Amino acid sequence: MTFALETHGVHKSFGAVTAAADINVQVPERAVWSLIGTNGAGKTTFVNLVTGYLDPDEGQILFKGRDITALGPREVTRAGICRSFQIPQLCGELTALENMLVSLAISSPTPPSFFRRGRAADAEDRAMEILERFKIAEYAPRLMAELPAGVRKLLDIAMAMTGNPQVMLLDEPTSGVAAEEKYPIMDLVMEALAAENVTTLFVEHDMDVVTRYSERVLAFYDGRIIANDAPDEVLSDPQVQRYVTGTIPGREGPN
Amino acid sequence: MDLLLVILVDGLIYGAWLFIVSVGLTLVFGVLGILNLAHGSLYAMGAYMTASAVGLYFGAGGDAVPLGSYAVMILAAAVVALLVTPVLERGLLRHFYHRDEVIGVLVTYGVFLILEDVIKLIWGVEPLFVYEPYDLLGLVEWGPLFYVAYDFLVIGAAIVVGLAVWAFLNKTRRGKVVLAVIHDREMSQTMGVNVDRVFMLAFGAGVFLAALGGALTAPMISVSPGIGVNVIIVAFAVIIIGGLGSIEGAAIGAVLVGIARAASVHLMPEIELFIIYFVMAVVLVFRPEGLFVKTQTRKI
Amino acid sequence: MKILANTPLAAGLALAGLIALAFVLPDWALFLLTIALAKGLVSLGIITQMRAGLVSFGQGLFFGLGAYVAGLMAHFTGVTDIFLLTVLAVLVTGIVGVVFGPLLSNYRGIFFAMLSLSLSMILYGTLSKMTSLGGTDGLNVAAPTFVGYEPEARALSLSLYLYTVVIVVIAGTAMRIFFDSQQGMISLAIRSNELRVEYLGASVRRAHTQNYIISAILGGMGGVITALAIGHVDPESSIFWTISGEFVFVAILAGYLSIPSVFAASIILELVRSFSNLYFPNTWQLALGIFLLIVILTLPNGLGSLVDRRRA
Repeated sequence: MTFALETHGVHKSFGAVTAAADINVQVPERAVWSLIGTNGAGKTTFVNLVTGYLDPDEGQILFKGRDITALGPREVTRAGICRSFQIPQLCGELTALENMLVSLAISSPTPPSFFRRGRAADAEDRAMEILERFKIAEYAPRLMAELPAGVRKLLDIAMAMTGNPQVMLLDEPTSGVAAEEKYPIMDLVMEALAAENVTTLFVEHDMDVVTRYSERVLAFYDGRIIANDAPDEVLSDPQVQRYVTGTIPGREGPN
Repeated sequence: MDLLLVILVDGLIYGAWLFIVSVGLTLVFGVLGILNLAHGSLYAMGAYMTASAVGLYFGAGGDAVPLGSYAVMILAAAVVALLVTPVLERGLLRHFYHRDEVIGVLVTYGVFLILEDVIKLIWGVEPLFVYEPYDLLGLVEWGPLFYVAYDFLVIGAAIVVGLAVWAFLNKTRRGKVVLAVIHDREMSQTMGVNVDRVFMLAFGAGVFLAALGGALTAPMISVSPGIGVNVIIVAFAVIIIGGLGSIEGAAIGAVLVGIARAASVHLMPEIELFIIYFVMAVVLVFRPEGLFVKTQTRKI
Repeated sequence: MKILANTPLAAGLALAGLIALAFVLPDWALFLLTIALAKGLVSLGIITQMRAGLVSFGQGLFFGLGAYVAGLMAHFTGVTDIFLLTVLAVLVTGIVGVVFGPLLSNYRGIFFAMLSLSLSMILYGTLSKMTSLGGTDGLNVAAPTFVGYEPEARALSLSLYLYTVVIVVIAGTAMRIFFDSQQGMISLAIRSNELRVEYLGASVRRAHTQNYIISAILGGMGGVITALAIGHVDPESSIFWTISGEFVFVAILAGYLSIPSVFAASIILELVRSFSNLYFPNTWQLALGIFLLIVILTLPNGLGSLVDRRRA
């Protein structure tokens, strides 16, 4: 069986700091997994490695059996793996609508035109449709600086979705968002991803969100994956409780 | 073999001069984050101030102690720094510290335009000459060659300037504060460093060094409008080769460019006018941010 | 400002207005306008790159190449036809743009500015040393002909002005369409957030390269017309970095929001220059510098922001 995403022995260090050590995962198609771990445990590094922002020092990354280890962000996106960002990466001098128009222009199957108006009526209609689907249409004419944190998060994810991804990596989709907005945002995003059968991996700190939305959890500690199982199993693992969730206090590393 | 030696000596003389005129530029960029396009005009002001002051000095009987004219040159540079720094740094540049680097270039381009005319208004458009300090030390015979001793004074001055800047930054408390600001401005601010004062100090030092470059050059040239226009671009090339904000980089870049130019003068005179930019383009192709700066990955 | 939002209408009005001026203005004003409009093309090229966040301090490279195409062709081949010269200038600058564009597309901010400047200074140094091509004295440029038509005196300045107007209106319209296009919108996105654009799947380097080539061609067209209008070309007045600085000055003054304001800014610069040269030759740069600082401090998006309210 081919997996949507596989990593084999992936290793990455920055000087003396090991950010990823012997990372091996096999994510089946349509899976919804979460990544947990303290800050600096290697979750974002994992996302950066898979999406080509970083090149691993060792190891291999496969997308549906195809080697994508050496590809950069643009090629990885084109191949069908998209991502969102912990700090939303929007174009600050453009409105929310224009951000969406740019995303659509880039991700359409025909290359962006030198003549066709960026704000053509049908393009605007499609952009508005997507904004409506993510319930942020009312913010269409606003610049990024004027958008609430939750709207920025949603816009960031909506922009990534225009690439019609087969695999989506969400880097902390609910961080910086007010507590009462967390579930509505996750519901919206997960529903949209499920509708397109997108294999999803999301980084999350809130264990309630983790258990509610993911089928399987990868727990990171010190650049390693220390647990890889169903949410209940992972969260009751003593190592995870000691080094990730902090429910059992401890001082030393797992090795 | 002789030719090689000649190229080396000529290159070191030119490199020494380049270092003096560019070290202030890289220091200012390192601390303030502004690439000062008006640096050449400050150099020109130093040259003019020297021409006037040294002229006055000899007119007022300085012949008795001709070596005193060297002190007058340094004093002239200091006067330029004291007059210009408060106006430019406090009055204008501090509004642009947190803006894009390119904005800094544009603002100082405006300052460059203004200063070029201010110089003409103060000193007129007729060339000024102060040859006395240049002839004072006579000639040095070296094998079959003669050098003007003043050229070696420039090398000496470059070494003194380099050592002084290095010692200030690494050996004094205030210098270490400046280094800390170069390294991480926000961190230093939260640690309680008076960044305003550091900026003014660094900019003042940059102006002084630019003016000193002009002061040392004045006896070798006819001081006339436009002398700063060429200097600024050459100084840019040097500090970009070395890596913006790096003092060691400016030294290495200056020697590299100095020797490359000396070699071209003796071997291929037709490329002399652009050898500097050629060296810079080659360095940037292999080291996109210069020799002494490491390219950093943005954290996302 | 509804009129300006309608590109064909605005272009038609600009064309009609500029042609009408030809019959009203005296020779010296026509000459000034010709130069200002031609140089405005070069600044329009800078604007093209500015929209994607890059500022070139070396546009003299292309302006100079265009100018030297006119000078060298007249000198060595006797070709003076303005259409042929324009096509040649476009070819030469386009090819140079294709060669250097991919290299420069790796650089940002100050490094892009200074590397483009160093390329222009390499051309400056080369031409200054090549006495066979006129050296520092430069070359005289013969008066242009228009497919066999050889106008003189008033007819010449009128023909050249009308030719410039047509080129400027065509180029301005084409650039408006490009700026408003999907590709043009991607440039604005790059200016804000390169990383996001790469993660959407578009090549930032490719966009920068395209913009660079377009700005090269605009620079070449500006250069060839200016050389023909002045009748002389030399390294100092067409390639040296202070010339490139003036093109940037106009681009900053205009801002990247409105194309007519680029030409307006260029005309303002030429007016200030010629009046100051006449009345206070030693302080015109002073006035220019103060003006530039005021613009940067009060209109960070340039004159164009007075027209385009949304981003004012």
